[in-house]
Amino acid sequence: MDIQLQKVSYAYAKGTPFEKRALFDVELAIPSGSYQAIIGHTGSGKSTILQHLNALLKPTEGALQIGDRTITAGKKAKDLKPVRQKVGIVFQFPEHQLFEETVLKDIIFGPMNFGVSEQEATKRAHKLIELVGLPHTILEKSPFDLSGGQMRRVAIAGVLAMEPEVIVLDEPTAGLDPRGRKEIMDLFLQLHKERNLTTILVTHSMEDAARYADRIAIMHEGKCVLTGSPEEIFGNAEKLATYRLEAPRIVRFQRELEAKIGRRLQTLCLTEEELARAITAAVREERAGQ
Amino acid sequence: MDEILSLDHITFTYSPDEPNVKNAVEDVSFTVHEGEWIAIVGHNGSGKSTIARLMNGLLFPQQGTIKVMNEPLTEENLWEIRSQMGMVFQNPDNQFVGATVQDDVAFALENNGIPYKEMVKRVHEALQQVKMDQLLNHEPQHLSGGQKQRVAIAGALALKPRLLILDEATSMLDPQGRAEVLATVQALREETGLTVLSITHDLEEAILADRMLFMNGGEKFAEGTPSEIFALGDQLLDLGLDLPFAMKLTKLLKQDGVELQGEHMTEEELVNDLWTSNFKK
Ligand SMILES: Nc1ncnc2c1ncn2[C@@H]1O[C@H](COP(=O)(O)OP(=O)(O)OP(=O)(O)O)[C@@H](O)[C@H]1O
Ligand SMILES: Nc1ncnc2c1ncn2[C@@H]1O[C@H](COP(=O)(O)OP(=O)(O)OP(=O)(O)O)[C@@H](O)[C@H]1O
Ligand SMILES: [Mg+2]
Ligand SMILES: [Mg+2]
Repeated sequence: MDIQLQKVSYAYAKGTPFEKRALFDVELAIPSGSYQAIIGHTGSGKSTILQHLNALLKPTEGALQIGDRTITAGKKAKDLKPVRQKVGIVFQFPEHQLFEETVLKDIIFGPMNFGVSEQEATKRAHKLIELVGLPHTILEKSPFDLSGGQMRRVAIAGVLAMEPEVIVLDEPTAGLDPRGRKEIMDLFLQLHKERNLTTILVTHSMEDAARYADRIAIMHEGKCVLTGSPEEIFGNAEKLATYRLEAPRIVRFQRELEAKIGRRLQTLCLTEEELARAITAAVREERAGQ
Repeated sequence: MDEILSLDHITFTYSPDEPNVKNAVEDVSFTVHEGEWIAIVGHNGSGKSTIARLMNGLLFPQQGTIKVMNEPLTEENLWEIRSQMGMVFQNPDNQFVGATVQDDVAFALENNGIPYKEMVKRVHEALQQVKMDQLLNHEPQHLSGGQKQRVAIAGALALKPRLLILDEATSMLDPQGRAEVLATVQALREETGLTVLSITHDLEEAILADRMLFMNGGEKFAEGTPSEIFALGDQLLDLGLDLPFAMKLTKLLKQDGVELQGEHMTEEELVNDLWTSNFKK
């Protein structure tokens, strides 16, 4: 599903003394099937954008295109249910997303709300709880009696159970243990490819943005200031610094090594595996040249 | 070094009436000395936050004794002890009590009877340290995720505690914000001898600690310096952890046949070894 933000501005508590502008004329086009990362400093407006994507917030100026639906500032948007069915959001704080008595009820709520039978929804819940790395026994527990990382995993299972076309992830790995981080990010990528989803990832992990996304947008003080491929975005350290960001660890390591050996590696590497291959190639050249 | 905190054979369950439910914390003992920086790591649900709640007296163990500054923690001395202990919870929303950012940070100080002038000074200082001094009168609930975490950290710093307990306190900060908070905490350690216990999934942060406690299924699986813990290698993965970046890259390079002299935990060591073993003529 194509998504397009057209000069979207948003102010919290608009028209009150507490009015707080959070977005300024944001232009962003996310083509169907792409994996878009959004990065940016604390408070730059990332979560505010995400909440527009399923019309939890509506622009105070500008317009938003979600598939064939247009949501325009100042106009009443009727029947948002189809949008909410197609766009699943994993919120920054899982606590904001969980509310049922048991984990099972929580996971089946979304799909049943959109007309899936209880039997089918329960089947999905059992499958998903395993995919997010939790034991089946957890389905009977209260979601509020879980550890932070367990809650995060349940919230993710709940969104996946709706089988959305667009998956919106707000810091999905915060609170996950290191292995869970990798497994769950790999799971999102696998679903993205298999089901041809549109995936939108907000993250403070430059490493995840580099590894998983095919396009990156930078938010800075409520504006979308730069978009490009991971290579374009992370290849430019000075630009990143002006937005108070930095390149992923892998890229910083590559630059340090390049400075030490006095030449550049063949490509800008975005994963550990790529970097290991590029360094190995450089070591071989060095040996051959001696 | 003086002992500041100790857990002696601590066992805790959230459901004492249900014998079939596994204990959240099982027979855990460790000692922390004044001025140390301890990182607590372990898979989701391994008992880390429960330990934090036990140290803070939010929960009491069914078995074992917790001592803070050599005194067993009891309902009676709880408030006295808490005034020396700054705690940042995993979810900042659970921590906010004030209607504005500055009220929130002031709250614990007011409870501890800090004089007004001193309180105002500390609140401003702490909010400056986390770069939140622009949003003094904002409602804490209406902040971005990272801003909330910064306010929660300021609340703990303003107490000027002897012991600081951080439960994934920087998990939603941008990389720069994370580095700034770590630098602030480091500076306080040097200036005031602050003791820090940091529960974290960030292995690059854990490397910097003096000592690590590694939890697994409610039990203490291992305890040691970061080099000792990360030497566990593939066992780490089985128990929900991973290798830090430099060690992972070292492993991949060795698999590819690149010559290296040792296992490297830090990037600097690895760059230097790569250079001396492969490029230096
Ligand atoms: N409910 C709210 N009411 C008023 N202002 C808000 C509210 N939520 C967020 N803001 C403000 O809007 C701005 C953008 O917030 P947003 O949550 O979109 O940031 P973010 O980029 O997601 O940050 P983080 O990385 O810290 O999560 C911030 O300055 C924040 O203080
Ligand atoms: N309030 C609660 N009531 C009942 N059980 C709980 C409660 N909080 C946690 N638990 C359970 O206790 C165990 C330990 O949880 P704890 O929150 O201490 O883990 P953790 O190591 O902090 O995990 P995480 O990395 O996910 O934050 C888990 O099995 C969890 O499900
Ligand atoms: Mg956010
Ligand atoms: Mg926890």
